[in-house]
Amino acid sequence: MDLRYTQEQIAFRDEVRSWLEANVPKTPLPSFDTAEGFEAHRAWERTLAQGNWGMVTWPEAFGGRGCDLLEWLIFEEEYYRAGAPLRVNQNGIFLLAPTLMEYGTEAQKARFIPAMAKGDEIWAQGWSEPNAGSDMAAIRCRAVRDGDDFVISGQKIWSTRAVYADWVFGLFRTDPASERHHGLSKILVPLNAEGITVRPIPQLNGLPGFAEIFFDEVRVPAFNLLGGEGEGWRIAMATAGFERGLMLRSPARFQQAAKRLVELYRSRSNEVLDPTIEDAVLRCYMDAEAYALSTYQTASLLCGGGSIGPEASCNKIFWSELDLLIHETAMKLLGARAEIEPQTAQEFVDLGTWLDGFMFAQSGPIYAGTNEIQRNIIAERMLGMPRK
Amino acid sequence: MNFTFTEDQQMFAEAARSVLTAEVTSDRIRERWSTASGLDRSLLKQVQELGLPGMLVPEALGGLGLGQTDFVMMAQTCGYVACPEPIVEQVMVTAPLLVDVLDKGLGDGSVQTALDALQSGALVATGHPINPFINFSEQAEWFLLGHGEGLYLLPANAVTVKPSKSVDPSRRIAEVTFEATDAHCLAKGESGAALWRATLNRGALATAAQLVGLAQAMIDQSVRYTTDREQFGKAVGANQAVKHLLADVAVQIEYAKPVIYRAAYTAEISPTRADLAVSHAKVAAARAALLASRHCLQAHGAMGYTWECDLQIWVKRAWALAREWGDEGFHKNRIHEWLLRPNALLGPDLTFGRGSITDSVAA
Repeated sequence: MDLRYTQEQIAFRDEVRSWLEANVPKTPLPSFDTAEGFEAHRAWERTLAQGNWGMVTWPEAFGGRGCDLLEWLIFEEEYYRAGAPLRVNQNGIFLLAPTLMEYGTEAQKARFIPAMAKGDEIWAQGWSEPNAGSDMAAIRCRAVRDGDDFVISGQKIWSTRAVYADWVFGLFRTDPASERHHGLSKILVPLNAEGITVRPIPQLNGLPGFAEIFFDEVRVPAFNLLGGEGEGWRIAMATAGFERGLMLRSPARFQQAAKRLVELYRSRSNEVLDPTIEDAVLRCYMDAEAYALSTYQTASLLCGGGSIGPEASCNKIFWSELDLLIHETAMKLLGARAEIEPQTAQEFVDLGTWLDGFMFAQSGPIYAGTNEIQRNIIAERMLGMPRK
Repeated sequence: MNFTFTEDQQMFAEAARSVLTAEVTSDRIRERWSTASGLDRSLLKQVQELGLPGMLVPEALGGLGLGQTDFVMMAQTCGYVACPEPIVEQVMVTAPLLVDVLDKGLGDGSVQTALDALQSGALVATGHPINPFINFSEQAEWFLLGHGEGLYLLPANAVTVKPSKSVDPSRRIAEVTFEATDAHCLAKGESGAALWRATLNRGALATAAQLVGLAQAMIDQSVRYTTDREQFGKAVGANQAVKHLLADVAVQIEYAKPVIYRAAYTAEISPTRADLAVSHAKVAAARAALLASRHCLQAHGAMGYTWECDLQIWVKRAWALAREWGDEGFHKNRIHEWLLRPNALLGPDLTFGRGSITDSVAA
C-alpha cells in the first residue's frame, strides 16, 4: 500500500489542470437536452478531442493517451474540479466504447471509435422497452436477418440523449424463437435511418432528456452487429463492472458536489438551520470520500492484474443515494427559496444549479437498474441469499 | 499509488484468520462468560507464540517491526470472530504507546519491563481519558493511565479497580483509579498530550477495524439463518424485504473498509495528520456495525431476541465498541471542526491531501 502519487502522476495532473484552465468554457453551456445546448456540448467534445483528452484510457491510435485507470481517476478529478461541461457523449464513451474495444472487429473499431472521439457521432442508448424495464431479458424488439442486413421492428423507451443523438446502440431479439436472455444481439443503429421515429419524452425538468424510438422495418447492415449473433446478453453483462459502472459516475463528481455543499453550509452557518443539516453535510463529505477511496482501491486492484467481484454492485446504490443526500441537504440549506428555478444572473449566483441537480438526483436510484434490483443482486450474488 | 495489500500482508492475515476462526468459537466464548477472568489463557499463549503482541514493535525491541496496515486485516478478523481477549488493543494501541515512550527516552526501566511483559503474553492495559473504563482491568499486569495531560505507568498493585457489568458478557470493564505521583509519570504537558493524541487515533482505528469485522460476521450468520429458516413454504431469505435489510448492511461495510485502510495507512505513515482519516473510519465502521446489529437481529426474527441465539455475542460487542475510543459525537465533531475551516483541503483532487498524505512522492 502506497497512497502517494508518483512523479509521473503528479506531472499528468498538472498537464490536465493547465489544459482545462485554458480551455474550459468560462460560462456554463446550456443544457445538452436542448438543441442549442446539444451542439454546444458537441463542440466541447471536439475541443477535448483536439487535445487528445476525449477519453484518456483509449489507445493513442483512437485519439486517447493509453492511460491506466489511476490516471483516469486523476483526469476525472481535475475535470470536475475545473467545472468542465458534462459529457454529452457519455453513452458512447463510457458505455459503448469499452464493449467495442473488447468485442468489436478492427473494422468496427476503426469505423466507430474515431467518430465518437471527435464528437461527430453522439450516441443514445437503447436498452429498455415498454415491457422490459428492470426485467431487461423481456426485450421483444426484433432484428431479423435478411441477407447482409438486419431488419429491425419494435420499440425502445427511456433512450437517453436519443432526441438529438446520431446513433443508438441496444439489444435486439435476433432469434424470434428465443426467450429471455437467449437470442439477443447488440446492434448499432443510425438514428437517421429510414423507418425510425423518435418521440421525445420531457423529463421532470421539462426537457427531453430521453425518448421513445419506434423502429418500422429499419434496415441496417450486418456490419453493425457487435459481437456474435445471440451473444448480446453476455456482452452486455461482461463489461458491466468497473468500466461501465464506475466510469459512468466517477467519484470526482460527488466530491466536487460535496465540496460545494460544504461551501454553501459555511456560508449559512450563522443562520438558524434545521439541526439535522450538520450531520447530513458531514455524511455527504464522508461518503464522497469513501466512494473515491473505494474506487482507488478497485483501480489499484485492476492495475495490478486483479479482477473485481460481485461487491462492485454496491456502487450504484452508494453513489445514487449520496447524490440524493447532497442535493436534499442543499435544498434544506436554501430553505423556501429552493423552489426558485433561477432565471436571472443574480438568481444563479444566489441559488446555483442545486435545484437542477436535485431533480436529476431523483433519477439516480432508478436508471441503470433500480436500486431495488441492485439490492437483489447484492443479496443473491454477493451474499448468496436464496433466489426463490 | 497502490491501494492494495501485499501478498505477504494477505498471507499473514490468512494465517491469523485460520487460527482465530478455529480457536474462537461461540461455544468457547460462552464458556468464558462463567469464568472469573473471562479470558482464554491458551488463546493468549497461541497468539503470543505467533508473535502478534510485538507485531508493531521494532525488531530492535524484540518485535516484528511491522506497521498498522500489516495488522489492520487481523483486527477485522478479531472482530469477525468476536474475540473477547483484548488482542487488538495490545497490538495496535498499547505496544505502540510503549514504543513511543521508549523512542522519546521517557520513563525508567519499567517501560521496557512492561513492553517485555506484553510481548510475553501479559496484558498491559491502556486507560485513555476518553474511555470511562478499561476492559479486563482485573487481569492486567501493567497500566498506562492518564491524569490531565500526563501519562503514567503503574503496576497492577498500584491501582484501584472498580468493576461494572457490561451489556456484553464477554467484556470485563472497570473504572481504574490511581494516585498520580511523579514516580510513575512518563510524560506531562504537551509531551503527554501528544502521546495521548496518537493513542486515541490508534484506539479508534483498532475499534473501527473490529467493528466492520463484527458487521460482516453478523451478515454471514443472517444469510445462513434466513437460508435455512422456511416460512410460507420457502426460505425466509428469498423475500426481497429480508434481502434488502442485509444488502443495506453489505453496502455500508463495503464503503467502510477502504476508509479504515486509509486511516491505518495514515496512522502508520503520518500519525500527526491522522485525526480526520481516523475519525471518518470510526464513524463509518460504527454506522455499519450498528446497522448490522439492528438489521441482522430483525432478520433472525424472535430467535434474534433470545439469549440462546449466538447473534447476541456480535450485536452487543458492536453496541459497546461503537462508543469506545470516542463515540459518534466526538468523531463527528472532529470532522465538523475541520470542515468549517476555510483552508480545509477539500475536493476531488485532494483525496490524499495536497499531492499525497505525506507530501512526498512515490518511487
